[in-house]
Amino acid sequence: MSTPSLRTRLAMRGLDGTTLLVLPGLAVMLGLFVYPFFYGLIDSFAPKEGAWYANYVAFFSDPFQYRTIGATLWLALPVTIVNLAFAVPIAFRVRLMTRQRLLTTILVLPITLGTVFVADGLLTFLGPQGWFNRVLILVGLLEAPVKLTNNYWGVFASLVITGFPFAFLLTLSYVTGIDPAIEQAAATLGAGPRQRFMKVFLPLLVPGLAVTFCLAFVQAFAVFPSAVLLGAPAGPTRVISIAAYQAAFEQYDHSLGSAIAMIMGGVELIVVMLILSVRSLFYRGPTGGTKG
Amino acid sequence: MIRDQGLTSKIWRFAVWAVAGLFVINLIGIIAAVVVNSFATRWLGTWLPVGLTTKWYFSAWKEFQLSSVVLVTFQVVFTVVIISGLLGVTTAYALARRDFPGKRIVVLLFLLPLLIPPLTYGIPLATVLYQLGLGGSFWGVVLINLVPSLPFVVLVMIPFIEQIDPRIEAAARVFGAGTGSLFLRILLPLLLPGMLAALLLVLVRTIAMFELTFLIAGPTSQTLVVSLYYAVFASGVRAGQSIDAMAVIYMVTTLFWLILALQFVNPTQIVARAKQQPAE
Repeated sequence: MSTPSLRTRLAMRGLDGTTLLVLPGLAVMLGLFVYPFFYGLIDSFAPKEGAWYANYVAFFSDPFQYRTIGATLWLALPVTIVNLAFAVPIAFRVRLMTRQRLLTTILVLPITLGTVFVADGLLTFLGPQGWFNRVLILVGLLEAPVKLTNNYWGVFASLVITGFPFAFLLTLSYVTGIDPAIEQAAATLGAGPRQRFMKVFLPLLVPGLAVTFCLAFVQAFAVFPSAVLLGAPAGPTRVISIAAYQAAFEQYDHSLGSAIAMIMGGVELIVVMLILSVRSLFYRGPTGGTKG
Repeated sequence: MIRDQGLTSKIWRFAVWAVAGLFVINLIGIIAAVVVNSFATRWLGTWLPVGLTTKWYFSAWKEFQLSSVVLVTFQVVFTVVIISGLLGVTTAYALARRDFPGKRIVVLLFLLPLLIPPLTYGIPLATVLYQLGLGGSFWGVVLINLVPSLPFVVLVMIPFIEQIDPRIEAAARVFGAGTGSLFLRILLPLLLPGMLAALLLVLVRTIAMFELTFLIAGPTSQTLVVSLYYAVFASGVRAGQSIDAMAVIYMVTTLFWLILALQFVNPTQIVARAKQQPAE
């Protein structure tokens, strides 16, 4: 018996002509994503002047720069928690609706229109003469208009408007993935609504909610156009993406810009890892109720 | 279906619907504020504008040079859709059909751009593109937009291809179909619905993609959303109604494709990965 040819041996391991179809796409990703990433990483250690770590020292010793991390987290974490806290109960209600399509279509609007459009709309809507203030004065909740644009709350509002539908639609796709028979079984055995949620649904949902939290957080953490247009980009809403953009494209220091971009990715990664490690403490398993 | 009838359940249900209703009302208010303002002659300190006019659309179209901006937007978006469609479907086919060493790393590579903030990879990539002399050019904008859109097509198409039975392809081979006719007469018709959905979603996302386009776009390669950003950023220079007229033009171009996309996909699929949902 002779050994099989090289072609046969490769095909046994899943490598044949079809596998090669992966190459063009892979080449694009290597060229446009992996290479620039490492280029940026190395570039960030080659500052205009000073030692190889000078960019990182410059960032962490200047309060104007390092405070952007806190400012970004101070926006992104509360927004994500609020969005998720509202998304879960509403998704549980909507799950029972037979005609969800209209609601989901309305909610998908701000996601597709994007933050720039929403920021433009909010500037009018939340402005001192906008409908929001007018309605609150009309019903008597306010005496005089409150300032809601060009500060923290303007950016907060824009992140809720685009972030809540995102968190909601993701949660909805997880909630509808749970077999309703499980809930019926729990109800038959006498569990009330609160017990059914806490003891049946929540454990099944935790993995999905952790992923939703991460994705919603990533979006909020990357806030950029609305922090400039609706916030105070020199003050409390000077988020880290503004710092990175200014370094790279306003001071033309691409080395420092890359360094801040890397710090941004690092901080985000730490938060995501923390959330995913919390998730691993919970149940992981099938959410379907049918047998095998 | 379980319906609880207790008083607390009723209050809770009411509260949940009230919050959802408030959100939808505010959302509609934001969009309506833009649309109403774009038709306003003068709107200061009143519930509704004094009079209505369409003149802002003509002035916005001229002031912001929208005919060329809209043209560039569609050129960029369709180029991105065609390239990411061609590369994405072939890559997804290989990933769905073969199990090869290192496959997990390849899949992870396609997941990463969707998990990392766009500016984190956008700034180094824009630096590289500027050094290659592509800064501000049409192809620079196309290339930077491929980074999120190609993985998106791949990840939407993998489960779609997996559900097509490989035995259909084997049967076609048995009856003597070559690679060309196998692709044209068997795979393409089966893949078409999924491809259409994936590509329309990429189209909508690319029209709205601000961060990456903004980093690289020059005066002649701006898309609508970047022009809109600059207009809002420099508001005060031009009439607010003119800016809002441009925002409405942007909204109409996006919504046209969104409505088309919604003929093929469920709204939840725009954020979540395509799931095999039973036909309704």
